[in-house]
Amino acid sequence: MSTREQRIGEIVAAHAGREGPLMPILHDVQAAFGCVDAESEKLIAQGLNLSRADVHGVVSFYHDFHDHADPRPVVQICRAEACQARGVEALVPGAEKVAGDRVRLETVYCLGLCSAGPSARVGDRLHARLDAAGLARVIEAAR
Amino acid sequence: MIVRLSDDALARALGADALAEAFAGKGHEVHRVSSWGMHWLEPLVDIDGHGFGPATLDDVGAILDGSSDKAIGPIAKHPFIARQQRLTFARAGKTRPTSLEDYEATGGWAGLRRARQIGPAAIVEEVTASGLRGRGGAGFPAGIKWKTVASTPAAQKYIVCNADEGDSGTFADRMVMEGDPYALIEGMAIAGEAVGADQGYIYVRSEYPDSIRKLNEALALCAALIHPFRCEVRVGAGAYVCGEETSLLNSLEGKRGEVRAKPPLPAIEGLFGKPTVVNNVLTLAAVPHILAEGGSAQYGALGIERSKGTMPIQLAGNIRHGGLFETAFGVTLKELIYDIGGGTESGRPVKAVQVGGPLGAYLHPDQFDIKFDYEAYTAADALIGHGGITVFDDTADMGAMARFAMQFCAAESCGKCTPCRIGAVRGVELIDRIRAGGRPADGVELQPVMHNAPKTGRLPEQEIGLLTDLCETMKFGSLCALGGFTPYPVMSALKNWPEDFMPGREGAVQKVLDRNEA
Repeated sequence: MSTREQRIGEIVAAHAGREGPLMPILHDVQAAFGCVDAESEKLIAQGLNLSRADVHGVVSFYHDFHDHADPRPVVQICRAEACQARGVEALVPGAEKVAGDRVRLETVYCLGLCSAGPSARVGDRLHARLDAAGLARVIEAAR
Repeated sequence: MIVRLSDDALARALGADALAEAFAGKGHEVHRVSSWGMHWLEPLVDIDGHGFGPATLDDVGAILDGSSDKAIGPIAKHPFIARQQRLTFARAGKTRPTSLEDYEATGGWAGLRRARQIGPAAIVEEVTASGLRGRGGAGFPAGIKWKTVASTPAAQKYIVCNADEGDSGTFADRMVMEGDPYALIEGMAIAGEAVGADQGYIYVRSEYPDSIRKLNEALALCAALIHPFRCEVRVGAGAYVCGEETSLLNSLEGKRGEVRAKPPLPAIEGLFGKPTVVNNVLTLAAVPHILAEGGSAQYGALGIERSKGTMPIQLAGNIRHGGLFETAFGVTLKELIYDIGGGTESGRPVKAVQVGGPLGAYLHPDQFDIKFDYEAYTAADALIGHGGITVFDDTADMGAMARFAMQFCAAESCGKCTPCRIGAVRGVELIDRIRAGGRPADGVELQPVMHNAPKTGRLPEQEIGLLTDLCETMKFGSLCALGGFTPYPVMSALKNWPEDFMPGREGAVQKVLDRNEA
């Protein structure tokens, strides 16, 4: 048994008794492997007695689940209306330059810091009131 | 000395943790409390009720020796706070969010205790009498929803809290979950008592890591107090549409977050097909106050017309004094933006204000006398939604904002109904063509066999006619508010700022709109 098979088996078992266990399982698998790929979908489907199509349908619906792992650090930048009103769009080209190939920039629609944008998120850490220099520092520090 | 500092996500994003460490390092006792909601002053340091903000590490010494120029005086007397009527946010800035001791000392659990004494029928009656309406956006009377669930027989019922606060410009749910989690949990337990449900779920969006952590912490600490009611946090996965209640229920069940057709109403066939109360965070958090002695009458006495009680309004975007402003219904936009919000942060004139998140209309300064009231907004072709107000200065391009509304709808559509799934994509294309000045005839139209096709391409005013039609179709043909309300920002932008769609030819836009109206 591969380690992945074992780990996914453990995750499925940990949630099996809950009502509607699929979403918590997918979150755990995504956190453990950085993605929910085809192989993981198959294993989860077996564990929950679902078809792989059922699981794939759910995985592909949500923005948070990815089908392959990206080893780069991720910086999420909020580009929703309130952050647009506070000038986030003007920061994006500069941010892309700083990020280069090393950091993956993702767009999110709203981090809930709408009175203090532009804002960004790295892991569970949030940053607000960013200007070009502030955002560049966040991107450079992302690991 | 006791130094109080918020541990709200916004304060933390602005460096509150480092500040707390600095004060602790100097030998002071630091209490991490909820946020007062004056976001432009965060991180706000509170020493004996006196505030200092926005504080940085360099200010620590001066704050401690009393020489700081960031002093704002007594926080509770600050005009931004003194003008509010805080019921849902009565504890904001004052208590440690997950401290049971603080919650109890400020009247916590009184509503639940009384609810258990008076029984289900009386609870529903009091909530109905208070006039409380769903704060998520639709404004449906909470008491009526609860009554439906209560009177539907079933072995299992559920209380689901919709904490998928995806609207840009809103953060009141987040502030409740991070600042006063027990108020939400108590509200859910009361709802459970009222309808006979013993299981609750709080569906929180994954973009709110602090809320998830705080709620889990609070639920672990108060499990015995809410027993036999049980409650659990479930985390979303980045889908905006899951804020729609039936889509949220599908997501909770472990399915794609696709919208369900109604009927059946969730109150009758909801989570796992069982009768389910689905309420927003603010609705449920208002309940403990309503159920406390005399709370229902006090709540019902506030507000205007059929909009009763208070609304936590969120001032966001390009505004000088952004933050949370809870007040009785009836306040005008003018007061909110200028008197309370201090105008734009950039100092430039206000161009537009979007009320109610990405699906809310853009209001023009000429409309700023409108009173905060569900019906008044509906009459103005706008919506209150979740109470978020996003201010834009005169650099905003409203054509681009209309395009963004369609683009957002296309990105977040669940795909179940055609008007939303395809309409949003066509909407982006139409707006692009309007702004590009129309389009030439395409290859198919130029084919000799296409006798009836125009050979001259399309003028931008013709595209505006199409856009108007498309918006009508989306508004009346979509299954839920995502496709159904996206026309609000698009059409309001087109009506109020035609110059941003067809520069120099505003009259032509008006003509098309008038013709379509007739």
